[in-house]
Amino acid sequence: MEKSIEEINTRIRDGNARVVTAEEMPDIVAELGEEGALKEVDVVTTGTFGAMCSSGAFLNFGHTDPPIRMERVWLNDVEAYGGVAAVDAYLGATQQSTTQGDTYGGAHVIEDLISGRSVELRAISRGTDCYPRRTVTSTLLLEDFNDAVMVNPRNAYQNYNAATNSTDRTLHTYMGLLLPNSGNVSYSGAGALSPLANDPHYHRIGSGVPIFLGGAEGMIVGQGTQSSPATGFATLMTTGDLKQMSPDFIRAATYQGYGVTMYVGVGVPLPVTDLEVVRSTAVRDEDLMTTIVDYGVPHRDRPAIRRVSYAELKSGKVEINGEEVKTSSLSSYKKAREVAETLRGWVEQGSIELALPTRHFNAAKRTHPMRETKVVPMVREVMDPEVVCITEDEPIIAAATRLLRGETNHLPVLDTDGFLVGIVTTYDVTKAVARPDDRLLVRDIMTRKVVRTTPDEAVDIAAQKLNRNNISALPVVDPANRVIGMLTALDLGKLLGGRWQ
Amino acid sequence: MKLMVSFSKKKVREPIIARVVKDTGVLINVERARIEPGEGEVLIDVPNGSADEVSQKMRDMGATVRVLEDAIHHNETECVDCGACISICPQDVFSFDDDWNLVLDQKRCVLCGRCLQACPHGALSLLR
Ligand code: SF4
Ligand code: SF4
Repeated sequence: MEKSIEEINTRIRDGNARVVTAEEMPDIVAELGEEGALKEVDVVTTGTFGAMCSSGAFLNFGHTDPPIRMERVWLNDVEAYGGVAAVDAYLGATQQSTTQGDTYGGAHVIEDLISGRSVELRAISRGTDCYPRRTVTSTLLLEDFNDAVMVNPRNAYQNYNAATNSTDRTLHTYMGLLLPNSGNVSYSGAGALSPLANDPHYHRIGSGVPIFLGGAEGMIVGQGTQSSPATGFATLMTTGDLKQMSPDFIRAATYQGYGVTMYVGVGVPLPVTDLEVVRSTAVRDEDLMTTIVDYGVPHRDRPAIRRVSYAELKSGKVEINGEEVKTSSLSSYKKAREVAETLRGWVEQGSIELALPTRHFNAAKRTHPMRETKVVPMVREVMDPEVVCITEDEPIIAAATRLLRGETNHLPVLDTDGFLVGIVTTYDVTKAVARPDDRLLVRDIMTRKVVRTTPDEAVDIAAQKLNRNNISALPVVDPANRVIGMLTALDLGKLLGGRWQ
Repeated sequence: MKLMVSFSKKKVREPIIARVVKDTGVLINVERARIEPGEGEVLIDVPNGSADEVSQKMRDMGATVRVLEDAIHHNETECVDCGACISICPQDVFSFDDDWNLVLDQKRCVLCGRCLQACPHGALSLLR
């Protein structure tokens, strides 16, 4: 048996459609069987509510008198992209305020607008014969815009990696605060309630399908950017009218140390037309797997710690290397349920009808990394391989002599086997010499916790280490911890034209 | 019960916690301490029955003592019940109830401030 979309829409119009949320579907299928569920259920609603950086809105301001061709546009000091047309701009959710930094950004402007608050527009232009005006400042409400259309290039990830941090310092990431030594795990996504988790092969999700977006009826534009259904990371490009949206389902947010993002509520109603829909919507948290990934490793391909199901993540703890680690989400399950419930209400009341995709997406698509024609330089290309060292048993005077002769401010300290055990700087030696006790050895004054780098580390990461620790040189060590070079802020500065200074 | 003890070093010359423990025999847990050259602030945990006695003794020595009830202010309008605060709190102050609402067990808080940094929605603040 199959059901046509017309059949389902007729039932919706007549108020007879049986609508359930994706959370209820597994039990229904278990009870009635797949055929029974197909007969019984007409629509399954899904929902998710989480941080979706890749969001924003096209705004049309209308023309001024005399008219202006806005080249650079700011709303409450957040710059919108003005390279679209005379009085159009795209405001990205993650763009940050020039005056308030990460406490206010594009997402906050959008939230202010849909909450009925006014925003200040500023724009500048060179002035042309047809658009002579050069500046404009105005205070606007959402209703003052001709159009305010949300267009989000990448929403509603099918699933997302969970994050932990194996390093010994706290990390501030887009996956939230990650405590040192794998002190916590954070994850995102609504699991079995997520739209794409219920249609991973894009069977009923495609262009033109009506959805819930930010509290309004929106639509799927197409496959999202960076969508990778072949690897379980499908995404959607969505659109909806900002003027219909609600701050209940669009919320600005800031991840400290990372920046601004926007929490968006997205839900897709799935017409139960055939057994494939029944099967894919019967998915449970137990069946949905993701990977806990170590964000402590600053590479694109971060090491996987272990596979884990959404059921485990939602339980509040997982086991990593025999230890219990607390988990928590960044997206809101309560809000995801609200999305799915609201959508259920719309379908039941007949205020939304369903449609089949006008264009199906490519379920075999997978993303690939950027083709880099100019690779990031490695530390080995920049470091100074001529390095003057000292051993921990030598007197301080020897260090002073070597610092002078070596024309360096940093001496790596080696033990008798030649391994790096510390570092002394000109400052340490000067301080020590000023003290009356002349029996001091290098080991007495050296810093033992040495921040170090390796020859195959990217210079960007080495530069970050210098900045973070407020130091100016890093010993370069081989895997055996033998010093094979020094990297100084000066070396980096030469290479990078002062980019990091 | 948690008590916030503040004192200026001019007024309080004695090691107040040590003295109070010695005089009263009440075991005091120090949960947080901020000691500056001229003043200090210490968060202590004492058995409920001994709170009055301990507070009185400390006040007698010149310290200010305040019972800490709602240490963290949770703004329910801003909160979206995401749970980002749950796993980073060392004291398990936050959890979800059966309906995925965030709930707080204020008594456990030691004012470390970590949750303030972790909340993406600015829904948490410390009551001073
Ligand atoms: S201040 Fe620290 S202990 Fe208190 S609730 Fe926040 S994270 Fe937990
Ligand atoms: S992190 Fe903030 S918004 Fe999220 S549940 Fe905690 S208090 Fe609420």
